[in-house]
Amino acid sequence: MDLPSVREVVDARCALPWQTGDAWLAGGTALFAEPRPEVMRLRDLTAMEWPAWEIMDDGLVIAATCTVAELLAFAQAPAGPWPQARALIAACCRAFSSSFKVWNTATVGGNLCVALPAGPMISMAVALDGVCRVLAVNGRERRVPATGFVTGVGRTVLLPGEVLRSVTLPVSALAKRTAVGRVSLRPGGRSAALVTGTYAPETGRLGLAVTAATIRPVTVDFSHPPSSAALRATLHEMLDRDLIVDDVHGHPQWRRHMVTYLADGVRHDLTRE
Amino acid sequence: MSFSVHVNGHETVEPPAPGQCLRTYLRAHGWTGVKKGCDTGDCGACTVHVDGAAVHSCLYPAHRVDGRTVTTVEGLATEGRLHPAQQAFLRARAFQCGYCTPGFLMTAAALTEKDLADLTEALKGNLCRCTGYRVVGEAVRNTLRGERDQSPTGPSDATSPADPPCAVARPSDDQEAVGVVTGTLSFTLDEQPPAGMLHLALLRSPHRHARILDIDTAAARAVPGVRAVLTHHHAPRTRFSTALSEAAQECPADTRVLDDVVRHVGQRVAAVVADSPAAAERACRMIRVRYEVLPAVTDPEEALSPGAARVHPDGNLVDEIHLRAGDADQGLAEADTVYEGTFRTQRVQHAALECHASRAWTTEDGSLHVHTTTQAPHLVRRRLCAIFGLPAERVRVTAARLGGAFGGKQDLLTEDIAALAALRTGRPVQLEHTRAEELAATTTRHPFQVRVTLGARRDGTLTAIRLHVVADTGAYGNHGPGVLKEGCTGGISLYRCANVVVDGYSVRTHNVPAGAFRGYGAGQVAFAMESALDELARILDTDPLAMRRAACLRPGDSTTFPGVGGQHPVMDSGLQQCLDALHAARTRRRRSHPAPADPGHLTGEGLAVTALHAEPMDGHLSSARVTLRPDGHYDLAVGAPEFGSGTSTVLRRMAADTLRTDPDHIHLRQADTDLLGHDSGGFASTGVRITGRAVTRACETLIRQMREVAAAHRAAASSASRPDITTMHGDGAGTAVSLAALHAYAQVNGQHLTATGRAVPGEGRPALAVSAQWFRISVEPTTGLVRVLDSVHAADAGVVLDDAQCRGQIEGAVAQGIGTALWEALFTDPDGRITTADLRTYSIPHYGDLPATEIHFARPDTASVPKPMSELPFNPVAAALANALRDAASIRCAALPLRPDTVWAALDTLRSSLSPR
Repeated sequence: MDLPSVREVVDARCALPWQTGDAWLAGGTALFAEPRPEVMRLRDLTAMEWPAWEIMDDGLVIAATCTVAELLAFAQAPAGPWPQARALIAACCRAFSSSFKVWNTATVGGNLCVALPAGPMISMAVALDGVCRVLAVNGRERRVPATGFVTGVGRTVLLPGEVLRSVTLPVSALAKRTAVGRVSLRPGGRSAALVTGTYAPETGRLGLAVTAATIRPVTVDFSHPPSSAALRATLHEMLDRDLIVDDVHGHPQWRRHMVTYLADGVRHDLTRE
Repeated sequence: MSFSVHVNGHETVEPPAPGQCLRTYLRAHGWTGVKKGCDTGDCGACTVHVDGAAVHSCLYPAHRVDGRTVTTVEGLATEGRLHPAQQAFLRARAFQCGYCTPGFLMTAAALTEKDLADLTEALKGNLCRCTGYRVVGEAVRNTLRGERDQSPTGPSDATSPADPPCAVARPSDDQEAVGVVTGTLSFTLDEQPPAGMLHLALLRSPHRHARILDIDTAAARAVPGVRAVLTHHHAPRTRFSTALSEAAQECPADTRVLDDVVRHVGQRVAAVVADSPAAAERACRMIRVRYEVLPAVTDPEEALSPGAARVHPDGNLVDEIHLRAGDADQGLAEADTVYEGTFRTQRVQHAALECHASRAWTTEDGSLHVHTTTQAPHLVRRRLCAIFGLPAERVRVTAARLGGAFGGKQDLLTEDIAALAALRTGRPVQLEHTRAEELAATTTRHPFQVRVTLGARRDGTLTAIRLHVVADTGAYGNHGPGVLKEGCTGGISLYRCANVVVDGYSVRTHNVPAGAFRGYGAGQVAFAMESALDELARILDTDPLAMRRAACLRPGDSTTFPGVGGQHPVMDSGLQQCLDALHAARTRRRRSHPAPADPGHLTGEGLAVTALHAEPMDGHLSSARVTLRPDGHYDLAVGAPEFGSGTSTVLRRMAADTLRTDPDHIHLRQADTDLLGHDSGGFASTGVRITGRAVTRACETLIRQMREVAAAHRAAASSASRPDITTMHGDGAGTAVSLAALHAYAQVNGQHLTATGRAVPGEGRPALAVSAQWFRISVEPTTGLVRVLDSVHAADAGVVLDDAQCRGQIEGAVAQGIGTALWEALFTDPDGRITTADLRTYSIPHYGDLPATEIHFARPDTASVPKPMSELPFNPVAAALANALRDAASIRCAALPLRPDTVWAALDTLRSSLSPR
């Protein structure tokens, strides 16, 4: 929809000081999907021309401006590194309730910054031990683990003027075995619960991350694969009432149940020989 | 800074406004094939290609198309040849209203053959509210296969053998269909706007119930571009009902264009009229309102209690109905078994893809012209005349093709405020709702609470029916009485029972107003009755189908309560045929597709049957005028617009049949108060049956006139002379005269060969239309997910004039019914705000959510007249699904919708009640 309060669109490279009413514009699919009376100036990030993704020594670096379509293409390329991790990335891309036409412009960074419980790029970044690189307008940089990037519904650690530059998925995570479980009220609808899991058979470490059902990502690590009952007990303890999302996409009790059910499925998939 | 974009090969250099999305930029530059459906990237109606990539143009920042190439549906055809997707959609008739079609075409054109593997994912960003997607899927598959094998029709295995045969293109309505697939057919806001048009935006109430103490509009008026700010001080004091029906006096006159008391969150408080929508919207935010918040009541039962907050000075009860037949107490005493249950239907919305919109302006002679998205132009005129004190001849109301309606365009929702703004500013004014306004502040289906008590003998015959019905009509009483009446009579018209008591109440609350909705109350009562009957069948250990045979009217039986004109409709063999058809289909499907033996799934079957008086009980007047043209063709004028039901095509064919000409020679004009004196419009499923009668009458009168003129012309009177496609024939040699010559002769003699026909309900033999639905479903107990495995619908539609059209209506109604039964619900937060104000949270069915429905028609056993099929097939769906869920999972869900979280919770309760403590 139109954003009538916007008076100006500027190139994100310009050095204008950050002011109230400024907003970073990535794909625009979230920004333009709600009235934004508070937004008066868009700082368009497309001009940055960051490479969508790069394979570096320390892992896969995904630019904030990488579109979902670009990421999905990488994840589905027939021959490529880290098939297990790429399967998880592809599953998260497909977890969007929106269509491939939105994926053509929606970005990885935008999805993280919008910080909705059901943001599947959050699920992906958290599952694969992502590290977020954050830039301030003055160029100062800091790194935040993806697990701590989203702090609540629509809330992140970003300070005014800060922009998410990229998410780095470390090689150690990319080499792990992965599994994803997801549920929504309608088959293609917004995720009501999404559970990702990673497993390194050589160390026995198994990690689970819960998104969509919770107001922020919830992770749990096991030094060896838990039993079904132990997993259930751990989740039961962790999933505090206040953490469960209560909105039209699913009743909190059902979501809580679904997390446990999906988590057990993920555990089973990961440890199946 | 220079800007340049190529749209469909045309360069545009005018830069967009900052913050403008591509959709509004393209539409402002005349590319009106790009439709607005949702504003949020959910419906796909605005899909375009940017440098070859498909995007939702409502989410695409317009400034980014600088230096790029944009293709809209208008640019899809190349060198006069339709794109394969356009050909496929045209051939498969893959649309009803056609509003979503440009978006589907642009999406299909961006797909490749490999998308055939998962069309559900490929099409999840496109919504169609009319068709139920079967035809859409067929067209998309054919598009993608056509690219491979160069055969645009596609192989015949495009549909499974159970699917009905695909509709074939009819030459008679090609022009209109071509307009749909090329994006050139105009909907209301696609037409060139009047010069100097202003835009209107609305400030809406944040409170359920409050008195407006003060409105400060100074800051809003100071916003550049603002021409007027309207409040209750500027609105006429006249109170009216927004309901557009012939019997409007039944509805309380409780609404003002702008009121000094607000009665639901979302009610209009003030209107800003400005040069642009952006300026109007900005200014709206600058209005300061002081409210005195008043107590509110939201539960209809509570609203009936003596101490409840009053929604209006005349109280909360809008209407009540008390029907009695026989002695229900006696009937219950005689019963072998009695079942009692309370059932609730939720608040749902039409969610037609086209939002409500109006344009209003005063013409040179000072009259008011309102061009609007309405099902009933003449009734809009009547209401506007009453509100503004204008004579009918000074008001003209027109409508274009509607992008879906379903009853949602049977209320005055944008016309009055647009007219007020135009009259006050002297300028043309447009109001276009956002999708959020549609979902949060337009009419809904009436939520019903129905307590039903049934008594039955062991053989399934009913000894008593007792109903206690409470309908929540919301803050205003529009359609409240009519919906209650239809629910309490139409909803139980098919049962054979001597002892019936019905007590019904239509109650105001501080909720968003309910209005007309497909089914008009009968579906809500049917959900209760047919669920209860299913329980009764279980108690009696009877096949639910056999139960219906015992409990429903037999051929020759009359309904317990009368319909239009005090007449009791008589059941023919239609119901029996429908039950026979369900029985046969059920038996065949059980044999050919046994229920999957997956222990992780529960499967079950359910059915429900509903009936509808073939002619509505509220008054209705249909008019038609037919005129012979100089070229020997005919102009046909009818009152209602086309909104996708295909009625226009049927009416043209009916006229062509009577006039013995080709439908191509019937030129339809519609939805314009200048064309006809009065006409009720297109609602209450009257389009084919009653308007059809008016059309036939007009044609018959015209033939008589033509006969007289021909006789005078040839000086040889003949009562037997008939026209054919070119010629008026007499009964002797040399008596033939061409229609063109006939017209010329009449004109020379100062005669106009034009005739009007009128029809009202109750003229024909009172009859019942019947719809019966059978489902087989599977339920995943761990998630509560319900999947529909089989869907069979049997209908007595009387004489089916257009098979594809009638199937399309049924498929669409079943689809909407499944949405209502499984997912759709308008949720409200504790402060009364609708929280499902976009199509992401208000979840209507998508492609892939719906089963293919096998459809059977009963053979008409009496006179060759059609029975209404626009609303009725929606009514049995929810109960049939709830009954299937009962069968599969042993849970009776007495409230809708049957969402996975609800189903799981019910199963969980059942599990804990069964597990040993």
